[in-house]
Order: sequence, then structure tokens, then C-alpha cells
Amino acid sequence: MPDVNRGARPLSPHISIYRPQWTTVTSILTRITGNALIVGVVLVVWWLLAASIGPGAFARADGVLRSWLGDLVLLGSLWALWYHLLAGVRHLVWSTGRMLEIHTAERFGQAIVALSFVLTALTVLILWR
Amino acid sequence: MSYLTATKRAKNLGSAHAGTGHHWHMIVTSVMLTGLVPVFIFTFGPILGMPYADVLGALSRPFPAIVIGLTLLVSLVHFRNGVQVVLEDYAHGAPRRIMVIVAVIATYAILATGLFAVARLAF
Repeated sequence: MPDVNRGARPLSPHISIYRPQWTTVTSILTRITGNALIVGVVLVVWWLLAASIGPGAFARADGVLRSWLGDLVLLGSLWALWYHLLAGVRHLVWSTGRMLEIHTAERFGQAIVALSFVLTALTVLILWR
Repeated sequence: MSYLTATKRAKNLGSAHAGTGHHWHMIVTSVMLTGLVPVFIFTFGPILGMPYADVLGALSRPFPAIVIGLTLLVSLVHFRNGVQVVLEDYAHGAPRRIMVIVAVIATYAILATGLFAVARLAF
């Protein structure tokens, strides 16, 4: 290796100087939704455990999940689930070498965002009681 | 020739040769979840909101119990591997190692709790 001063070299520009784009925003959203879904999972696991314990524990967990705050978190989780699923499908398509051109990739990003909201709305309509 | 920088060679920070296996595992679990998650949504969704007795009845049937148990298993193993990559991207050194260990333990604890509950409700 050449004897260079590695500490004093200019750093390449990072995300702070870039204009947000469909590709970057949909990429970070994939990571955010995937991690945030653990909240919904913990709620569902708590609800299942409470159901397995007895009516008292179930009433408490069921009350929290079906409160307005619980509804809000579960609705958000539903959207995150659809979004993360579609973003995962996008990665599977990309892994085959398709849809990687910039304009196609941007359209693809717009499509998964739109479709995630459509599927969330459809799910709510179907499951609404 | 070596593609390692001098620093990495000195610090013995080359490839662990595990990245391909990790990536392939994410692909396998994501393909499985692509089919499983919609089935889970429309299996679990109608049960949430039922009265207690109906919930017990629904979760003692084989199909909902298997779908919910399988979704928890595959999605949490997928999460365990995904969250490790996030921590490896943003954290370094000892905090990285500690956070990866804590995240893995927490994920398996949630998984064990969920599977226990599903099994107890099913049997």
C-alpha cells in the first residue's frame, strides 16, 4: 500500500447533502418498517399469551390492543407489514437484475408506496366489523 | 493480489465468509414470508376483536394455530438476521457486539413466548 495519510483525506459526501429521492426514501423506509414491526409483534404475542392465561389477563391485553392507541399502532403495523412485504418483493426482483435502471427503479418505488396504502385500505375494509 | 487495505490486514478484519449465507437466508425467509404474511393477516385479523370464548375456539383449530405459530417463527428469525445487519451498519466495537447479543436474546425470548402461547391455546 502507498504510504498515504489516511486521516487527513476529504470524506466523500454523505446523505446530509443529497436531495431525498424515491429510491433512497423507500430504501430507508424498508429498514424502518422492518424494525418498527417488532412493536406490533410484541403486542400480538402479549395478546396471545394473555389469551392462554385466562379471562382476566385477556381482558387487559384485549383492552389495550383494541383501544384507540392500540388501533393506531396496529393500523400502522398493518401498513408497515404491507410496505415491508412489497419492498422485499422489490429486492427479490432487483436480485434477478431487473428494474435497476434509474427511472424504472424510481417508478418501482412510487408503485410500492402507492400499493402499500391501497392494500392497507383494502385490508381494513375487509376486516372491519 | 489482496483487496484488503493495509489497516484491515493488520487488524485481521477481512471477510468472515459468512455474508453470502446470511444474504441467502434473508432471501429464503423473505420468499416464505411473502406468501405467509397475507395468510396471517386474514387469519389473525378476524380473530382479534372476537369475545374471549370465540378467541379460544378459533385458536384451538389447527389452521389458525399453525399459521400464527409459523408466521411468528419465520418472521422473528428474519427479524433476528435483519436487526443484526442494522446494528452492524450503525454501531461499532463493543457497543455493537453487546447490542447484537441483546437483540438476538430479546428476539428469541419473544419467539419462545409466542410459540408457548400458541401451543397452550392449541392443545
